[in-house]
Amino acid sequence: MAQHDVDHVSGVTTTGHEWDGIKELNNPLPKWWLYLFYICIVWSFGYFLLYPAWPTLTGYTTGLLGYSQREAALNAVAEGAATRIAAGQGLLDAPLETIQNDPKLLEFAMANGKAAFGDNCAPCHGSGATGAKGYPNLQDDDWLWGGSLDTIHETLRVGIRSTHEETRISDMPAFGRDGLLERDQIKTVAAYVLSLSGLPAPEGADLAAGETLFVENCASCHGEKGEGMQEMGAPNLADAIWLYGSDEATVVETITNARRGVMPAWAGRLDPVTIKSLAVYVHALGGGA
Amino acid sequence: MSLEEGGYAVFLGLLSFVCLLIAGKAVDPVMGFHAFLGAVFSAAGVFFIVKSYLDDKGALAPQEIDGKPNYNFGPVKFGTIAALFWGIAGFLVGVIIATQLAYPALNLDLPWTTFGRLRPLHTSAVIFAFGGNVLLATSFYVVQRTCRARMPGKITPWFIILGYNAFIVIAGTGYLFGATQGKEYAEPEWYADLWLTIVWVVYLLAFLATLWKRKEPHIYVANWFYLAFIVTIAMLHVVNNATIPVSIYGIKSYIVWAGVQDAMVQWWYGHNAVGFFLTAGFLAIMYYFVPKQANRPVYSYRLSIVHFWALIFLYIWAGPHHLHYTALPEWASTLGMTFSIMLWMPSWGGMINGLMTLSGAWDKLRTDPVLRMMVVSIAFYGMSTFEGPLMSVKAVNSLSHYTDWTIGHVHSGALGWVAYISFGAIYCLVPWLWNRKQLYSLKLVDWHFWVSTLGIVLYISAMWVAGIMQGLMWRAYTELGFLQYSFIETVEAMHPYYLIRALGGVLFLLGGLIMAYNIYMTIRFGEAEEAAGGRVSLAPAE
Repeated sequence: MAQHDVDHVSGVTTTGHEWDGIKELNNPLPKWWLYLFYICIVWSFGYFLLYPAWPTLTGYTTGLLGYSQREAALNAVAEGAATRIAAGQGLLDAPLETIQNDPKLLEFAMANGKAAFGDNCAPCHGSGATGAKGYPNLQDDDWLWGGSLDTIHETLRVGIRSTHEETRISDMPAFGRDGLLERDQIKTVAAYVLSLSGLPAPEGADLAAGETLFVENCASCHGEKGEGMQEMGAPNLADAIWLYGSDEATVVETITNARRGVMPAWAGRLDPVTIKSLAVYVHALGGGA
Repeated sequence: MSLEEGGYAVFLGLLSFVCLLIAGKAVDPVMGFHAFLGAVFSAAGVFFIVKSYLDDKGALAPQEIDGKPNYNFGPVKFGTIAALFWGIAGFLVGVIIATQLAYPALNLDLPWTTFGRLRPLHTSAVIFAFGGNVLLATSFYVVQRTCRARMPGKITPWFIILGYNAFIVIAGTGYLFGATQGKEYAEPEWYADLWLTIVWVVYLLAFLATLWKRKEPHIYVANWFYLAFIVTIAMLHVVNNATIPVSIYGIKSYIVWAGVQDAMVQWWYGHNAVGFFLTAGFLAIMYYFVPKQANRPVYSYRLSIVHFWALIFLYIWAGPHHLHYTALPEWASTLGMTFSIMLWMPSWGGMINGLMTLSGAWDKLRTDPVLRMMVVSIAFYGMSTFEGPLMSVKAVNSLSHYTDWTIGHVHSGALGWVAYISFGAIYCLVPWLWNRKQLYSLKLVDWHFWVSTLGIVLYISAMWVAGIMQGLMWRAYTELGFLQYSFIETVEAMHPYYLIRALGGVLFLLGGLIMAYNIYMTIRFGEAEEAAGGRVSLAPAE
């Protein structure tokens, strides 16, 4: 057994043990450490008394304060809802135009719309609402299904090719895949489509033949001049705005296989006031009559 | 052939056969690959056992040479080098995923390079591969030297360290191929878990046997911490990984726990992986290497006893603080929080004992960068173990939970505490193990220290700012009662901080590379310590 020798630097005795040259000093527990430890224990036991803490056979100790985290959370949610309901009073029954013209209602609708847009619409349309390939830009005045307050509201409510019963749906044929047009016919009509918006047609394209094909196959929905038809969701082909792209290959791909973009229906997911607010908000971005 | 050699040879031979059978009947390619790997590993094991028998005719290494214990340091050397290798691999993957968070395009749209697969590769590489090898290597070293006894067994220590690294390889490749049971820090599938269980039980027995053989009347405090780490990890691992495989020929399994019970078991495991793997185990390292390097006695024996038992008793309760404001009952949440608060001082007991051991030797911090690294690690330990209880308080947690504050907290512990105390231990161990007078360059240790410290500071301050900002943005409401920010706006706001974080990671990786070079030069070209009067015992006969 080793000696209880004294460490010459600190003047403290060691415990007398030594392992591979390591000794241990016989210092007491630091007072501040011990008292802080006690304080933490006392604080914890106080917390046990006041709040739900220990399981019992059939339930748990609920604590003297009668506090319930779940209740507090539900209250906070209800409080938030109450604030919004109070602020948005009258929005539910007001026609969309009224909302747009009433500064108070408009302020609420824009705030509500912005918040709802960020968490529900931005994933596809972008946080700046400028869209992406296949997802329309909402900042411009080019609308597939109409850019008036009412048509935007309806699109929001029922969605496009969604699971909603009244969903907006348009069905462009897949001219190539379904064998309605030959490959060179598709190229010909694609060249004509590009020329509609003033884009240069590919070299050697027969625009006259393209026009004939267009009138026979496309004009019934997209119009004689390719101006589109919002009632049917048929895009305007004569403007400079392209949902999937304006290069020849993309247009050929669209005519060959068609596109079937989907937007979910928000009725049932968002409350009617929020859908109305979104309509007002989106209309303010780039809506027209 | 001894019973030990024969036993391992037969076991590994059988295992190799079973693995081949499973590889042949595997229902998915990952199982086919892993079973084949298992067959190769165990066959290699048999080969080396037979070869070593033929080489030395089964002669056992002497327990003592010239009255001095003949320690078995071969596996310690292996573990030290493995730790370096895995550490750098883990830091590198960390840098990659940090950059992916800033630039999602770097996921490359390939399944095996997505964040979801690389993230567990990073966490497992740094915790279990780097940290685990450091723990195995140092525990083998410390338990032998503080017991003045050679570890029992000829094959056993090698079986533990090589078996553990085989587990790492199986786990890591599994992540890349998409094999996961989806439990954080416990991702490896059932077969890897089973193998680790075998290795771990052998580890426990070998550690206990060394303690049993000890020539010292008492068990040194570092060994209490190592033992607590080994025993608790065994328990946590088995309970949290209780799964039922769909087929023994496939990787998929289902956990027996369900719903909120599963969540509770998972975080009981998860938190105590922090408590017993990353705290108790590394405190053991501190208790040996700090007094050794400072050449001072441990500050207080009494404090070491009190804080050890308080830590062991309190840590195991703290898991529910990972599940505040979830489906977990409120009372369980309260217990997790209050026990975390009570844990504050027991954690700090380790810090006090580590720092105060320096009293009388503070001047060494100027001249010894290795000791400085260890002292800074203790300071980070103190900071993280203050921050932890703070974040466990429900009101604080409602702000911090799910934000990058948590990531900052974890890394102040992981980089500052775990990695730094490990670096310190490795810098100490290498000259001792390879019989070198000193490290190749203390200047390079200094560079390692400053470069990586800058990295840590950038990392954690970026994550604190980002995390608190994120939490505040999530809970901001307008006067009209609407959320002020959409989720995507909070993501955009994080971007600059993600860049700073990635830069911090690059610096930390750079530090690791400096260290690897220094260690390589020490082993390869270091000046040998003269045999007489050297503090290193003779190398084992192998």
